[in-house]
Amino acid sequence: MADLKHLDVRNYVRWDTVVGALLIALLVGSFSFVDNFGNALNLSFLIGNTLPIALIALPMTMLVVSGEIDLSVGSTAGLSGAVMGALWNGGMAIETIIPLCLLLGLVCGLVNGLLVTKLGLPSLAVTIGTLAAYRGIAQIVLGANSVTDFPEQYLDFGAGRIGDTFIPKAAVLWVILLVIAGVVLHATPVGRSLFATGASEEAARFAGIRVKRLKLVTFAVTGLMASLTGIFWALHYASARYDNATGLELSVVAAVLLGGIDFDGGKGTIGGAVAGVFLLGALQNVMSLVNVSAQSQIVVTGVLLVISVLGPRVARQIATARARRRTAATAAPATTAPA
Amino acid sequence: MTTTVEPVKLAPDGQRSGQLLDRVLKMRELAILVVLVVMLAATQISNSAFLSHQGIEDLLLNATILVLVAVGEAVVVITRNVDLSVGSVLGISAFAAGTYLHGGGNPLVAVLIAVGIGVVFGALNGLLVSIGQVPALVVTLGTLYIIRGIDSIWVGSREITANDLPGGFITFGHDGLGPIPYLAILAALVLAGVGYYMSNYRSGRELYALGSSPEAARLAGVQVRRRILAAYVACGALAGLAGALYLARFGNVDSGTGSGYELTVVSAVVVGGVAFTGGSGSVYGVALGAMLLTSINSVLPSIGVSSVWVLAIDGILLLLAIAVDRVVALRVANVLRKRAAEARSAHHG
Repeated sequence: MADLKHLDVRNYVRWDTVVGALLIALLVGSFSFVDNFGNALNLSFLIGNTLPIALIALPMTMLVVSGEIDLSVGSTAGLSGAVMGALWNGGMAIETIIPLCLLLGLVCGLVNGLLVTKLGLPSLAVTIGTLAAYRGIAQIVLGANSVTDFPEQYLDFGAGRIGDTFIPKAAVLWVILLVIAGVVLHATPVGRSLFATGASEEAARFAGIRVKRLKLVTFAVTGLMASLTGIFWALHYASARYDNATGLELSVVAAVLLGGIDFDGGKGTIGGAVAGVFLLGALQNVMSLVNVSAQSQIVVTGVLLVISVLGPRVARQIATARARRRTAATAAPATTAPA
Repeated sequence: MTTTVEPVKLAPDGQRSGQLLDRVLKMRELAILVVLVVMLAATQISNSAFLSHQGIEDLLLNATILVLVAVGEAVVVITRNVDLSVGSVLGISAFAAGTYLHGGGNPLVAVLIAVGIGVVFGALNGLLVSIGQVPALVVTLGTLYIIRGIDSIWVGSREITANDLPGGFITFGHDGLGPIPYLAILAALVLAGVGYYMSNYRSGRELYALGSSPEAARLAGVQVRRRILAAYVACGALAGLAGALYLARFGNVDSGTGSGYELTVVSAVVVGGVAFTGGSGSVYGVALGAMLLTSINSVLPSIGVSSVWVLAIDGILLLLAIAVDRVVALRVANVLRKRAAEARSAHHG
């Protein structure tokens, strides 16, 4: 029944818009009421600390949209940082080390992708395995050492700001990657194929999409981005250790889910993911500024996550119940009329 | 999340294929047992002090806590769900039991408190998953954070040490009948109970049915929500019990206790042959998987391998386990299909 009443404003309010609005409200509120939030140094801290999550969230969004997940990203980042530190200690030039580390990340992603696509294993189980394996290799490579004496200009790229502005230098790189990810996911056949695969893999295959190759490439890109994050992490915090970025996977997954990327695949936007990432990042920053303890911040993260999945579903259930009542109300006179 | 694992198609001659499937599944548990025994025997040969009285006791004690949590997790995974909050539940219930015992309370009450806390959080997870119908992975990732946060706020920088606890409780955590610790006996009893329930009770079988096909189970009259809720409550209760035993074993609890444990638990479940797709595996296999994982951690140092290798080997073992499972499942499916074809042609001919 194409009822005009159904063209309700609520049908157009999507979850990623809600998260974006929340983020803007939080930023406006914090600029007005929270001391020290708006100064350039604090904003650069906020962005710098959120960048690792923001970097990995880009490929993770594509992966989740296609119906898969990668929990090994934190370990891949840690492994890249550890290898970078070990090679630097070994006297290799950093210009050689960084491409090698990126290549390593690509290989880590390929291993995940091959296990998932060639053997047909569930990505959750595979990447929990490689989560342990990659972190273990990082530990073998670097042991308990930490490497801190990277060249000044690279450390400056990891932690420095552009002039006196609040923008970290590395953020420029992220913005470029964000634009690429946004275009690929939302404006190219590759992006449409990812959505189609996530919605129904079987249907996508019949529609001529090379599902396995697509997934393999997405896993490889995720590994590549994870190692880029690992390199950034080591430079930003000026320390390469085997346990860098431990637990990062959960933060990324939390942010992506908060941004409305459906875990069943086939739904979500890059914008939503970015809003989710920065909502969590900004919230943590604000809570630290107003002296909310780190422990309470964890609780807030958890509650937000639960609400982010519960909220849309409850709203949908209410909407369906209403629609049903309305159809019942209009159907009732129709059935009694002939009698 | 959609997984690409196709269900093993049963041949029309149900009984024969059922037997074959049965045998393969039993072989799965046998295989872990063989690996475990061979590994322990080889270690004993290269280091004769390995299976001493103390050595056996340590092996069993190390396995106890993981076995309990993994058995609970298995019950949830069999229903095609997952509980990532078990590490947080273990931590908070261990601290609760420790706080109660701090003034010298009754150990039995302390265990009941720990189990009770586990039940409450298990019910919370179960309600969110079954009534809210939200993906288990997301909900329990959320409660992982929430429970850990509550734990950290409550505990702060305090910690419980063995000196705060009644001597009897600590003794219970270390003593046993010969080389077999009391804690291991307790875990074995729980394991036997859950195993019997899962294979012999109607509601236990319904958990498998639910995991194989939630829709079919619902149509067959299984009370889906109630069963899922029960599975989560059981999982929480076992994590709580494990928390109390953790306190008895280590005597030392702070706000970080059990953090990151969920990945070890899930590894044990998967190595033990319970698939994420639900409806398969057994809690006995999972217990063996847990023993295998904890034993490796003792085996490697005692044959002179540096402890930095442990994590990498754990991960590779997990990958091997799921890869082998998959290959075997494909083989079985092939055999069944061939038999079905033969039966059909024989029938027509």
